[in-house]
Amino acid sequence: MTAQNSNSAVLQIRQLDAWFGQHHAVHGVSLEIEPKTVTAIIGPSGCGKSTFIRCLNRLHEEVPSARASGQVWLENQDIYASDVDPVRIRRKIGMVFQKPNPFPAMSIFDNVAAGLKLSGIRRRSVLREVVERSLRNAALWEEVKDKLTAPGTSLSGGQQQRLCIARALAVQPPVLLMDEPTSALDPISTAKIEELIQELKREVTIVIVTHNMQQAARISDKTAFFLMGDLVEFGDTSTVFTVPKEERTERYITGKFG
Amino acid sequence: MVPEEKLAAVSAVQNVTAHSHREKHFSDRLFFWFLRASGLGVLALLLSIGIFLFRASQPAIEYFGWNFLSSQNWDPVAKDFGALAVVFGTVVSSVLAMLIATPMSIGVALFLNELAPRSVARLAGFLVEMLAAIPSVVYGLWGFFLLAPWMRSTVQPFLGEYFGFDFFPIFLGPPYGVGMLTAGVILSIMVTPTVSSICREVFKAVPRANREAALALGATRWESMKVSVLRASRVGIVGAVILGLGRALGETMAVTMVIGNRTEISSSLFAPAQSMASIIASEYPEAAEKLHLAALAEIGLLLFGVTFVMNAIARLFVWQVKRRVKG
Repeated sequence: MTAQNSNSAVLQIRQLDAWFGQHHAVHGVSLEIEPKTVTAIIGPSGCGKSTFIRCLNRLHEEVPSARASGQVWLENQDIYASDVDPVRIRRKIGMVFQKPNPFPAMSIFDNVAAGLKLSGIRRRSVLREVVERSLRNAALWEEVKDKLTAPGTSLSGGQQQRLCIARALAVQPPVLLMDEPTSALDPISTAKIEELIQELKREVTIVIVTHNMQQAARISDKTAFFLMGDLVEFGDTSTVFTVPKEERTERYITGKFG
Repeated sequence: MVPEEKLAAVSAVQNVTAHSHREKHFSDRLFFWFLRASGLGVLALLLSIGIFLFRASQPAIEYFGWNFLSSQNWDPVAKDFGALAVVFGTVVSSVLAMLIATPMSIGVALFLNELAPRSVARLAGFLVEMLAAIPSVVYGLWGFFLLAPWMRSTVQPFLGEYFGFDFFPIFLGPPYGVGMLTAGVILSIMVTPTVSSICREVFKAVPRANREAALALGATRWESMKVSVLRASRVGIVGAVILGLGRALGETMAVTMVIGNRTEISSSLFAPAQSMASIIASEYPEAAEKLHLAALAEIGLLLFGVTFVMNAIARLFVWQVKRRVKG
């Protein structure tokens, strides 16, 4: 296993398989993700796109009866190697979920500081600095700077989702996974998050699962199309949406099924 | 668009429903009356118990007044009665019980909900619930014949040796076996099913997404439980503990059998004592004096009031959690 990461990819996925019990949800997917790009994962419901992204921070295996195999290389390390602690990996790969899920009974400040506290950072001055920076990066600072002690759940849905983004950014992960982050939000909040993703990609590599093909076309540099657990097509977003190589991709993006 | 028409339509609908109400089947009406009577009956029963206790304790209330609460003398021969010693015994044994039962119950609930495989969780959960089904007198027997001798021979000498300080005398004094500590241990086992099953309900109300949020931030399993489950459940846990405390305060038979039945306030947890419930159970059959009976009834009244209030508070806490989760 030498020279596994000779090219510039930040994430290299090799022959990744995932199961729920007997159900084979992701079939031997290989994919390379370039640094500081936005990669969109599209496909119809149940195509394995969420399962795939949840394998990238080893969260998939937390579900009872779920397992995964294959290789995912992050910074010269296969995160599926037997000596790797998934807890350490998850600190390097942030995740934002479908529904905003700020910790209840926790203030806005504490929500953003949660990841740092888990890493053992407790100095108030450090926490304050990082919380402010993260909230600024998530474009939420101006809206919440006067009520940092208010509960995170008191914010609107869109604000909660940006709070969750700030929470994920606080530990400065090189990679940010987003699992349909706008599917529970209204159009204005969605637009804000999309705008934010464009800002964030200067610093972070983003992999986003989306149900919304227009969204994928708007925000991503690369697009991967999944169908029934297979990676059907992967390439530049402009190419995939205009001159797809596969007929199945074309049929999906022109709305013939899915 | 056209308000008059709309109103007409609404009143037409109302007419129809009103009509069908009148037409309701006789058996339905009978059933509703039965339900209503049962509901009101429970309320009436509660009230009548309160009134009965109040009237039965009238002689003691008139004779001792507020002194009843502040005096620790309990001397049936001298006809001098005060509740302080039994209130003390009740509070100390119940608080001890909760100190042991709270971490144990939270641990049981976390294990069954978050860690155990489903089959294990179902079996173990069933067994824990079964603890609640064991008759209190059986706990008492077990406590008297097994727990108390073990406390006397092992636990109490150990605690006395290493933690018995003159400035902190709760572990000093001769190990009797029976006493407040033993009562506390028995009570902790008895309330654990109640507290842990409510904790399980409260933990279940925390969405899975919150646990995953913590895991995705790089939390270990335990940290994820702490950050997402326990933190969000604080109010509910308090409710569960108060409910357990309410049960511990009123528990009678098992406590009567292991607390030692000596109506005295002692600084040592090893010392025999008496609780509000145990003094009623142990003295009522022999109480011939009118004043003695009234004093016992007044203790009953106190106990009734305290457990009623405790349970009400606990329900409010648990309701608050459920409401908040539902949004």
